[in-house]
Amino acid sequence: MRLTPTQMAWRAAQDIEDGAYVNLGIGQPEMVARFQPPGRQAIFHTENGILGFGEAPEPGTEDWDLINAGKKAVTLKPGTAFFHHADSFAMVRGGHLDVAILGAYEVAENGDLANWSTGPKGVPAVGGAMDLVHGAKRVAVMMDHVTKDGKPKLLSRCTLPLTGVGCVTRVYSSLAVIDIDSGHFLLREKVPGLSFDALQAMTGAPLHTDGPVADLIAPEL
Amino acid sequence: MDKTLPDLATAVAGIEDGMSVMIGGFGGSGAPIELIHALIDRFLATGHPKNLTVINNNAGNGHVGLAALIEQGLVAKLICSFPRSADPVVFTEAYKAGTVALELVPQGTLAERIRAGGAGIPAFYTPTSYGTQLAEGKPVAEFDGRFYVQERWLKADYALVKAHRGDRLGNLTYRMAARNFGPLMCAAAANAIVQVSELVEPGAIDPESVITPGIFVQGVVEVPDPAQEEALNRANAHHPEVPA
Repeated sequence: MRLTPTQMAWRAAQDIEDGAYVNLGIGQPEMVARFQPPGRQAIFHTENGILGFGEAPEPGTEDWDLINAGKKAVTLKPGTAFFHHADSFAMVRGGHLDVAILGAYEVAENGDLANWSTGPKGVPAVGGAMDLVHGAKRVAVMMDHVTKDGKPKLLSRCTLPLTGVGCVTRVYSSLAVIDIDSGHFLLREKVPGLSFDALQAMTGAPLHTDGPVADLIAPEL
Repeated sequence: MDKTLPDLATAVAGIEDGMSVMIGGFGGSGAPIELIHALIDRFLATGHPKNLTVINNNAGNGHVGLAALIEQGLVAKLICSFPRSADPVVFTEAYKAGTVALELVPQGTLAERIRAGGAGIPAFYTPTSYGTQLAEGKPVAEFDGRFYVQERWLKADYALVKAHRGDRLGNLTYRMAARNFGPLMCAAAANAIVQVSELVEPGAIDPESVITPGIFVQGVVEVPDPAQEEALNRANAHHPEVPA
């Protein structure tokens, strides 16, 4: 078994503390906001100048001055704040965010991240990813454990252009939860029924442990 | 003192061939569609201005606003962080054809370069892009045990910005997330031209609420009920309109 993207988002949400300031990357990480554990309230930041925005509005009621970094419409909540782009990235680079959760093409055991370019073909686009990886106290990645054709995305060194050096602290994959610790992959959780050796075979660098590995179980979502 | 401009054509009349133009907005929010279209209309009537260097977070969407500016051939170079959108065909084709050059800048670095330009700071160090392709050729320095990349200020001849309310002295407020790059660009451009949804007399904006003080603004033009890029694209709009 493996986790769906929705279940990965659920798992990532379980680690977000009450009161945390959180930036969620465009795409699958945006789903993390739907799974805040009861009793905890995170405040979400979007690069284009909003703190504390709410859910998507009903179709037809969008206000296109009120969008997130993915250009999707969001809503106001009590306590929402607006600010300009220099303040927004002061929040990012200045170390004021507690958590950033991003997607990735590759993560290396030294914490290097590649998530903005698949090479020289096509139009390059970086957005705020290179800034986000240098500011948040925790930089987590949410991604499938392997590529669509079964190749490892967790590697000894990234092969694609880097987004940041030594920046990732935790990976929520479709098969495991893995910390980056002193240049190693440290396995914390894996899906039940998958052996350590089978997981290692799908991982491009050695997996380490420093105690029991917990079962990675997410609810049906 | 009265910084109001009588119409959109007057507002964009000073932009000349080869100039650098900052355009506010993040995607469609804050995009000064009417000012951009006035610039296109002037180009279509006179052949000028052309060879512009445009600074924006994105590279346009669909066939209106910044995308139309590129499609109609006014832009030689684009400085942006994310040249992708729901419908990026105009920029993508121009980039692949080599008719528009691209300088890709991380979003926070783009914002800070513009801020620095307006603040008189010629260069600064940022952790962003250290160790990546986008730092190649740039000076690196170590501060307190971490490495940082030197980036330079970004200034422009003109800024075209959309604000919500503005008075005759150029004091501005913005509407929600449409603020984004507007305050930074007003300060970084020699001539900041702002379209406001509502033009008011000095004193009508609470001084506590002013976001961009008028010293950063050279011209204000009123555009009631401004178009939203997203709404135009959902209606498959083009500028200029495609004959039926």
